[in-house]
Amino acid sequence: MSTAIPDRYRPTPGAALLLTLTVIGGLVMTVAAGLTDDPLFRLHSLIFVAAAVLGGFALTAGLGSELLRDEPDRYMDGVIRAGVIATMFWGAVGMLVGVVIAAQISFPTIFYFPEAGWLNFGRLRPLHTSGVIFAFGGNALIATSFWVVQRTCRARLAGGIAPWFVFWGYQLFIVLAATGYLAGITQSREYAEPEWYVDIWLTIVWVAYLLVFLGTIWKRKEPHIYVANWFYLAFIVTVALLHVINNLALPVGLLNSRSYSLFAGVQDALTQWWYGHNAVGFFLTAGFLGMMYYFVPKRVDRPVYSYRLSIVHFWSLIFIYIWAGPHHLHYTALPQWAQTLGMTFSIMLWMPSWGGMINGLMTLSGAWDKLRTDPVVRMMVVAIAFYGMATFEGPIMSIRAVNALSHYTDWTIGHVHSGALGWVGFISFGAIYCLVPWLWKKDRIWSNALIEWHFWIATTGILLYICAMWVSGIMEGLMWRAYTPEGYLAYSFIETVSAKHIENIIRTVGGLMFLSGTLIMIYNLWRTVRMPSVQGAEATPAALPAPVAA
Amino acid sequence: MTYETVSRFAQQFGLVYFGLIFLVGAGWALLPRHAETYRAAARLPLQENDL
Amino acid sequence: MKLWKQHGRFERHSLLLVIGILVVVSIGGLVEIAPLFWLQSTVEKVEGVRPYTPLELAGRDIYIREGCYVCHSQMIRPLRDEVERYGHYSLAAESMYDHPFQWGSKRTGPDLARVGGKYSDGWHVDHLTDPRSVVPESVMPPYAFLAEKDLRTVDLKAKLKAMKALGVPYSDADLDAALTDAEAQADPFSTDAVALRKRYGAKVVNRDFDGRPDRLTEMDALVAYLQMLGAGVDFSTYKAGDPANKR
Repeated sequence: MSTAIPDRYRPTPGAALLLTLTVIGGLVMTVAAGLTDDPLFRLHSLIFVAAAVLGGFALTAGLGSELLRDEPDRYMDGVIRAGVIATMFWGAVGMLVGVVIAAQISFPTIFYFPEAGWLNFGRLRPLHTSGVIFAFGGNALIATSFWVVQRTCRARLAGGIAPWFVFWGYQLFIVLAATGYLAGITQSREYAEPEWYVDIWLTIVWVAYLLVFLGTIWKRKEPHIYVANWFYLAFIVTVALLHVINNLALPVGLLNSRSYSLFAGVQDALTQWWYGHNAVGFFLTAGFLGMMYYFVPKRVDRPVYSYRLSIVHFWSLIFIYIWAGPHHLHYTALPQWAQTLGMTFSIMLWMPSWGGMINGLMTLSGAWDKLRTDPVVRMMVVAIAFYGMATFEGPIMSIRAVNALSHYTDWTIGHVHSGALGWVGFISFGAIYCLVPWLWKKDRIWSNALIEWHFWIATTGILLYICAMWVSGIMEGLMWRAYTPEGYLAYSFIETVSAKHIENIIRTVGGLMFLSGTLIMIYNLWRTVRMPSVQGAEATPAALPAPVAA
Repeated sequence: MTYETVSRFAQQFGLVYFGLIFLVGAGWALLPRHAETYRAAARLPLQENDL
Repeated sequence: MKLWKQHGRFERHSLLLVIGILVVVSIGGLVEIAPLFWLQSTVEKVEGVRPYTPLELAGRDIYIREGCYVCHSQMIRPLRDEVERYGHYSLAAESMYDHPFQWGSKRTGPDLARVGGKYSDGWHVDHLTDPRSVVPESVMPPYAFLAEKDLRTVDLKAKLKAMKALGVPYSDADLDAALTDAEAQADPFSTDAVALRKRYGAKVVNRDFDGRPDRLTEMDALVAYLQMLGAGVDFSTYKAGDPANKR
């Protein structure tokens, strides 16, 4: 394109600044590692230092070798490719840990190691939940949001080097969180376990993410902001709000890994579950709905069923979701009016959820044959179906009388997994099956048959998992409240534990099947990337339209 | 502020308030003059990638 | 110039969207959470609830570190079977010094809100060391390593100080005595135990929790914490309507 003017090398804006900050950060953390008397804090300081050293080398090499060339007329796809790889890697890790802890519950004599306390259930379980929610899900959201916002705004990602900072900063957050759980660094706030300094780091990364996303929207060449971006934006903004408020805490010392929550007891519980529920609502729902609103229409090549419905869906969903948190605290010491509010809004939530589901499903109208021919479409449709099922089950479980039975049991675990494996997992897999050929300039995925295998193995796995959890959850709930004719409790607690043995094994098998599907997918994607690229596509890789004013 | 007052408030004014908000929101989205905007917006993802 | 104008319009749209999102999601949080911070009836002060002793606080941090909360709740609901199985339902006041709360969300194992005093120290040590030696069908992980690890006491005072800053009523004397209090509580023959009891109440018993009198281990701290859970309020005399409990 630009042949007449000699192409003087211009590095990506911000790279030199980032390098400077990395070096300073590395030095500060080196000092911190030297000064602290807390071995856990030292461990994490050293991880920060290692990250700074690696980042410093990479940036120096990139700047020196002209790899970090500024290309304002191209879409920024490198960071999305990295995001796809990270998504699949963390997905496999998170699911593997899930299988391990399911096996621990099934066969405690085999899968616990008395000499390795850091492999105990209590430390691995946060690794599993954060691994799949934040590492797998978060990377999937960041990668797809970067793709969607560029394509629907027809603008390159804003912020120069910033998107790469967001990506690597987020990976550092994951590494800190994961090593922290294994080492025993935790706030004990479910789905917000990382300690105060990791929370601060994530806040920095997240603000950068918000600015990159908004900056790209500001650069857009389309008058309208496509609705998928609304959902992504709500996810980014609200998660920032939730994260900051829920993690308000006082560190024991500036060089100490431990902190204590600003709130106590009832207030703390409500703050945490306001966060916990809206992490589901905005991380696992709004974000992935953004994915649905782009990739389903794109894959079936027709516009979303009703754009109007999507707008109503958006506002009612984010308005109602935020109220539903107290349904996690039924019959607790939380005042009853708050519980009632939470329950009422949880039931109201059913409507926007199903509005969104119908909108997603009906996008296929006129193209239903693709369900038969295209396993990726089938995967996304099953994801939407699971979304509908989980958002039907959720309101039911939020009714106080039902919750009295379901709370504290495996039923909740089953509910979470129908949402996480069925909805979040499948919609992400669908999006990535779409993305990989686009990103690596291939005309298709290497093997359609392997996608079929992935689909059926994973679907069967989910069904085994959630059915086992329904049975064991309802069974233990009923056993806890069972009485003998004489009016005594019928079962001791341990009897309800051993009664779940078979279900626990089935759940392990189900999880293993879902993991196998993911491994098949990784193999398939790897073979796709290694296929020869499409003729012609390489010549003009995703060029932006020529700027009007030069 | 007791449980009774809060619940009464939520059941009367709250219901009306949420109903109104919903109607306004839905009405705004359904305004006929927005039809063309939405039709164009809905096609955004379907455009060619490299543009 | 024209471009700039357009640019401004684009920014307004997206910022309006951001502000709209913030307003909409803030309403629910404000209405539900904010009242709890000034609504007096949420937490009624109850006779018998006291701040943790330094040893118990250290044990609580181990409870958190090991992720006990992922399988054990500390919240007994006012349902007939739970009250019969675990004891009196949990009061809001009983977790008023819990930064953060430990109510939990799952009962893979039983509720622990009132486990204090139900079993002997020896049972707890055996159970934590090898759960299946006392409960053959248990699925709990083994925590034998706790008895081998010396309790980290250097930051005990800093921990109490942080708690004090958050509103837990520790006195300056409590802070200064953090280390001696912790050692006194795990030593049945300690002469400092009198001062410990003066600070934290007559019910605090100094004893060797882990059966290893020569060492102050993490097992000591964890068992000390478990043995005080839910044991503070005397429900044989507790009356919910008593003016003393509605301060």
